[in-house]
Amino acid sequence: MTHFFVAAISIATVLLYGCVGEIITEKAGHLNLGIPGIMCMGTAGGCLGVSLYMGSLSSPENASWILLVLISLLFSVIFAALLGGIYALLTVTLRCNQNITGLAITIFGSGATNFLMHSFIDRTHFEAAGKIVSASLPFADRLGGFGRVVFGHGVFVYIAIVVAIACAFVLNKTRVGLHLRAVGESPATADAAGINVVLYKYVAILVGSAIAGLGGFYYIMDYIKGSWENAGTIEAFGWLAIALVIFVLWKPNLAVLGALLFGACFIMYAIVNITPTQKEIIKMLPYVVTIVVLVLTSIRKKREHQPPASLGLSYFREDR
Amino acid sequence: MKKQIEHEHAKKEPLIRLVKRDALPTWKIILIYAIAILGSLLLSSVICSLFSSKNPLKFFSALFIGAIGSSRNIWILLQDTALLLGVAVALVPAFKMKFWNLGGNGQILVGSLAAISCMYYLGGKISDALLIPLMTIASILAGAIWGVLPAIFKAFFDTNESLFTLMLNYIATGLVTMFLMIWLEGGKKTSLEPIAYGNFPELFGSKYLLTILVFFALAALMYVYLKYTKHGYEISVVGDSPNTAKYIGIDVKRVIIRTMIISGALAGLVGLFLAGNIDHTIRMDSARNMGFTAIMATWLAAFNPLVMMGTCLFIIFISRGMVMVRADFGFTNDSIANIVIGLVYFCVIACSFFITYRVVFRKAEKAEKTKGEKTV
Amino acid sequence: MEKQTVIEFRNITKRFGTSVIANNNVSMDVKRGEILSVLGENGCGKTTLMNMLAGIYYPDEGQIIIHGEEASIRSPKDAFRYNIGMIHQHFKLVDVFTATENIVLGTGKGEKYDLKEAKTRITAMSEKYGFHIDLDKKIHEMSVSEKQTVEIIKVLYRGADVLILDEPTAVLTPQEIKKLFAVLRAMRDDGKSVLIITHKLNEVMEISDRVAVLRKGEHVKTVNTAETNEKELADMMVGQKVTLNIDRPMPENPELRLNVEGITMVGNEGNFVLDNVSFDAYSGEILGIAGIAGSGQRELLEAVAGLHHLQNGSVTYINPKKDKPITFYHKSFERVMELASEGMLRYADGKDFTGKDADGRALPKKAIRALVEAGEIFFKEDEIINLREKTPLQIRELGVRFSFVPEDRLGMGLVGNMDIIDNVMLRSYRRGKSVFVDRKSPEELANEIIKNLQVVTPGTHTPVRRLSGGNVQKVLVGREIAAGPKVLMAAYPVRGLDINSSYTIYNLLTEQKKNGVAVVFVGEDLDVLLALCDRIMVIAGGKVMGTVDARTAKKEEIGLMMMGAAAQSENA
Repeated sequence: MTHFFVAAISIATVLLYGCVGEIITEKAGHLNLGIPGIMCMGTAGGCLGVSLYMGSLSSPENASWILLVLISLLFSVIFAALLGGIYALLTVTLRCNQNITGLAITIFGSGATNFLMHSFIDRTHFEAAGKIVSASLPFADRLGGFGRVVFGHGVFVYIAIVVAIACAFVLNKTRVGLHLRAVGESPATADAAGINVVLYKYVAILVGSAIAGLGGFYYIMDYIKGSWENAGTIEAFGWLAIALVIFVLWKPNLAVLGALLFGACFIMYAIVNITPTQKEIIKMLPYVVTIVVLVLTSIRKKREHQPPASLGLSYFREDR
Repeated sequence: MKKQIEHEHAKKEPLIRLVKRDALPTWKIILIYAIAILGSLLLSSVICSLFSSKNPLKFFSALFIGAIGSSRNIWILLQDTALLLGVAVALVPAFKMKFWNLGGNGQILVGSLAAISCMYYLGGKISDALLIPLMTIASILAGAIWGVLPAIFKAFFDTNESLFTLMLNYIATGLVTMFLMIWLEGGKKTSLEPIAYGNFPELFGSKYLLTILVFFALAALMYVYLKYTKHGYEISVVGDSPNTAKYIGIDVKRVIIRTMIISGALAGLVGLFLAGNIDHTIRMDSARNMGFTAIMATWLAAFNPLVMMGTCLFIIFISRGMVMVRADFGFTNDSIANIVIGLVYFCVIACSFFITYRVVFRKAEKAEKTKGEKTV
Repeated sequence: MEKQTVIEFRNITKRFGTSVIANNNVSMDVKRGEILSVLGENGCGKTTLMNMLAGIYYPDEGQIIIHGEEASIRSPKDAFRYNIGMIHQHFKLVDVFTATENIVLGTGKGEKYDLKEAKTRITAMSEKYGFHIDLDKKIHEMSVSEKQTVEIIKVLYRGADVLILDEPTAVLTPQEIKKLFAVLRAMRDDGKSVLIITHKLNEVMEISDRVAVLRKGEHVKTVNTAETNEKELADMMVGQKVTLNIDRPMPENPELRLNVEGITMVGNEGNFVLDNVSFDAYSGEILGIAGIAGSGQRELLEAVAGLHHLQNGSVTYINPKKDKPITFYHKSFERVMELASEGMLRYADGKDFTGKDADGRALPKKAIRALVEAGEIFFKEDEIINLREKTPLQIRELGVRFSFVPEDRLGMGLVGNMDIIDNVMLRSYRRGKSVFVDRKSPEELANEIIKNLQVVTPGTHTPVRRLSGGNVQKVLVGREIAAGPKVLMAAYPVRGLDINSSYTIYNLLTEQKKNGVAVVFVGEDLDVLLALCDRIMVIAGGKVMGTVDARTAKKEEIGLMMMGAAAQSENA
């Protein structure tokens, strides 16, 4: 059972990064269907960082935890933000259709990640690096089952929670958050109030992308300890994360709980003792749950639970 | 004066301004797209040669050889174009209705799965003459169900259809995995052998021709359906202005559900052809991601089924050509094609900006007045 | 003493696209401590000119001089820097934010984010100018007048010395207008410059110190209000003398056409949008509906047209069929049998038609069909049709000839991306059994509408969203009238139109009235309602406050009713 909770929290972390990233973007009025591709790109970036750092060492045993974490974090964030930057350029400055652009970003992002991971990034020391990144607090094991569930994770789990709560704080308790929400609700109003709409949109998309990118990197480096097959799984997490945004009503702090629930659904197949065929059925659970959630939220609509009013619309000041 | 106004650039007018254009003539639109495509391919050739240190010009020759270098390549090019066109034809009524059907992959996959199930369980037990119609019905039905599910919830509760259809993709993949698990005896074998029953007959001695004829004909029919029938007219009204549709007495729910049955059924039909005429087997990725690729094709064609013939051909041309580029440039991973296609998409998407807006530079504007209106 | 000049426009020109010139070579000035009316018809460029001051648009040519120095106002932010604030006609407020959040939006850079402190400052300011507002209320829960107050406070909070108000009185009651004017005067006496964009002459005379008149994008003249009169201003504004009189014949043989009895409708938030509304509409008269914007006018018409679910009440249409032969409605044999069983039908010789022969056996379907087609079955009385819970399509299939010009032209009446032909056939595309649409007769109709109503368009294949507001409305009204209605409902049909187009619409409505159509007209300009209609029903908060005779009613009386006071005299 302890193992189940630990695994559920891990999956939840992947979703949480993606979901919080998408919330920030959507709060600026941009529905980013490119998040799955951006999460892939964050993976590629982080992994590139890991391979460069590990390759620079004489032996993988010399690797320092703090340097590895910082370098991979930096690379992951930069790569994801770069792809997010293309999305922002196309949808904010060039005012292209957000859905179409998002899909293209996902096609490009997963393709580029597959290519980079397969042909360009040296993965020889990934297993060793994975162990280092996922290292938990030293005293976690001594605290028994509860300790392992709460403290037995790599640092990226805690970063995710801190980021989610920080985002909730910024959105609700600061002037920047007020301005950002205004931009997503009514860019014309924000513009008339002297807020730099384009700047806010760019920053939100870049920050959102950077956060989402960490989700993919965490999955590869921490959850599956540096092994790699293809970008398909991360893409699936990306779509789930976007659906999760609706479930948690655009609130980053609620996202922590929502992600946990989805994570549990995702990992359910591992704890039930059944045939492989039945396992395949259980594996569909998160997607079925998502559909149920979508339907339920659409049935009981409330004014406070609606997406930002101008989500998906381009803003052009001189539109009459 | 109360406050000293400190603003350095206050007296200058902005360097760059945007102005909305009037409608552009068609030839100019085509020119803009041509420039964008050429630009993106040049960029791609440079990227490919950077990763392999080969001559970037070789990129173009390889691209053409891969796409149309032999008669077999041409046939495959046309067949793949037809398949993608089939998916695009399936999606276009939904998109015209502003129903974001991102579930093409799932609809193809369940169509294919239905056909393969018929082949697997009934193959050899009944004659192909009976089996093939049965497969057809099963595929169309399966695709239609996959299409109508999100439509029903969209119609009655306004449930977000793009995420609903996306989730159905993964459920479809899950179903395929599950059936494969059964058929492969719990994973003892890695893939399903091609099934010899229920294979479509060759047409005039060609195994490609049937697919090509069917889907190009369907595209023409879809053009007529959207442009000249009452159904097509209703789809346009619902897509452009749902309130007008209600006001005028169109049953919006009915139109949404009806259209998505058609959309899903046509995608299921593509699945049928994949199962019965091309692959004769099924994998998790049998849909070849055409559900997403076709969205780009329909959007680039501005939802016109006749223009879609061209955009599908173009996309398949690039991806077929990339097979040769990959071999020539020594890439071991086929994802390089996705990178190039992604770049092409970015450039083409960016075009919509230059078609809608005109960029006015501060100095250029003064010159403009003396020259008269000049655009682009 | 000559007042100090604050702002000066010098030769301002602004174009949209290559063909539309919104402002041409405009030069005028604004002084400190004055109320300046910017007067002109709809579409004369007054809003565009002010938008350039507010940083929404940038002039193509010319300069704006502020305090003697050339200024470049590239964004609303720049406008604030010059202490200019604009209150737009469509309020720029975030619906889900509170009043305070909206007011502080975009201000206080570098300061601590403290809504409590901001609230005290706002309260102090409100007291100075006499505002009353609940600062914690969300915008979407507010009335139009409250929203406008928030907008004004928002601009003052930013320290604006120059306030621009775009059509501030369009959506207010006469009483609210008085309050607003008092506030504006208080601000003027405080040394601020107030610019009011308007096309209402009486308000110009009442509030302003000077009037700048614009016509077709050009500045005609700026005059002192004390030295002019309404007539002179009207002549300057329109350029040629126009008769402000609307032809209003007495209704001839009015017959009850539409009876609405006690309908109640609940909105999304559980509030009553329509509360026990009853009214009658008669043939050959125009029934006006007055009320503050958002009092339920729009929902009322939509409900009658079958677009909303009603909790209570009845909607009944009286089809003038007495002694007229029955005809097959689109596909309803059942309807004929229903009428027969209700005893509504007779043969030509006066005997009852019950759908049975002399021996009481049911006539074969074919025989009945033949009788109806030969025109041998007549109505005994006018046909009474219950419309409640019927969809627009069912209503039409019952043979009810309703036409409806909705408030939202491009969002509900027409499809912006479709051309004129496709829009004209929205009502008729179902005709015939073919699966294909017939575009031939709609094309003829489109050409007819273009010719008769002088629609300015490059051709019948132009998407209607490319047409100007007046031309869009002509296409819509033309289509609705071409359907040959017995009841014509129009919601704000002249909103945003210039005077000539408005009069075209008024004349069309009057013409329909003369033809015996029951016209229901929802308007916002009380002067027009009083001149055009025969009776005026006033609603407030979804309730009917009363119905008055438009020939004798006073504007102030209607204003009070719009505020929720019951009618003083039921004289209709």
